[in-house]
Amino acid sequence: MNFSVLQFPASNCDQDAVHAVRLLGHSARLVWHKDASLGDTACVIVPGGFSYGDYLRCGAIARFSPVMQAVKQFADNGGLVLGICNGFQVLTEAGLLPGALIRNRDLQFHCENIFLKTATNDSPFTSRIPAGKILRVPIAHGEGCYFADEETLAKLKANNQILWQYCDATGNLTDTANPNGALQNIAGICNEKRNVAGLMPHPERACEPLLGSDDGKWIFESIFTALKNKTVAQAV
Amino acid sequence: MKAKIIITPKKAVVDPQGITVLKALEHMGHTGIKAVHVGKFLEIELDGTDKEAARQALDSACHKFLSNPLIEDYKLEIE
Repeated sequence: MNFSVLQFPASNCDQDAVHAVRLLGHSARLVWHKDASLGDTACVIVPGGFSYGDYLRCGAIARFSPVMQAVKQFADNGGLVLGICNGFQVLTEAGLLPGALIRNRDLQFHCENIFLKTATNDSPFTSRIPAGKILRVPIAHGEGCYFADEETLAKLKANNQILWQYCDATGNLTDTANPNGALQNIAGICNEKRNVAGLMPHPERACEPLLGSDDGKWIFESIFTALKNKTVAQAV
Repeated sequence: MKAKIIITPKKAVVDPQGITVLKALEHMGHTGIKAVHVGKFLEIELDGTDKEAARQALDSACHKFLSNPLIEDYKLEIE
């Protein structure tokens, strides 16, 4: 299975994503933002960083790059796309995911480990996460406060599109466990078709015990399983 | 011609920058401030003289790119 990890000017988690996928036994390669085609791709990862310097708004400029047109087509055909941190911001700006990510409520850049509760196993990104398992993964962002209007939020809930929420160590969705003020403690969501997901935390930085946690691997294992079962489209 | 675009957070969106600036102003002794909204200002220099055509083109750009209509409002002026 080949993962395509996008690379924009000022992406900085691209190599981490490639490393995580390879560590977990699959192949990954970088795809430059000016490339108009993805090539042989089972899954696209839009990585973290500060694409185009976060100028104007996070992700606002990256969405117009040639590679994003290919990603949009890949997603429209049912291909799996995961946006991590800045990648999540890019996907919301591109209209592939609903809502927006705004400045953290305390104006601070948060670089720390947080706890995540998986809201549903019903997605290619969460199916393998053990029931009740609280994931411990890092965050590193200044603009990760998830916002959506009431109508969008109601739709997300009705369609089970909220995938991960910030919680405390025992799984309670408290306000103190919410690092950025995100509505409903939302850390990650998927689209209505469930083939595009985004999250602010960094699972790719938590795939080996050496780094303090390997909980992030469950998200990748879920993707591998979906691809293996061929329940999703792939591009050649 | 010049276009001046002011982008501000929508009133329904929490604006932590605005709240922080408001608190700082109050701390300095300023009174009577109801709210502060921190946004962006863009000045765009344009060729040509057709203000209406420029307005239409930039209005579209504001909507699709320069602002995010989910979280921001914009005001466009051509002069």
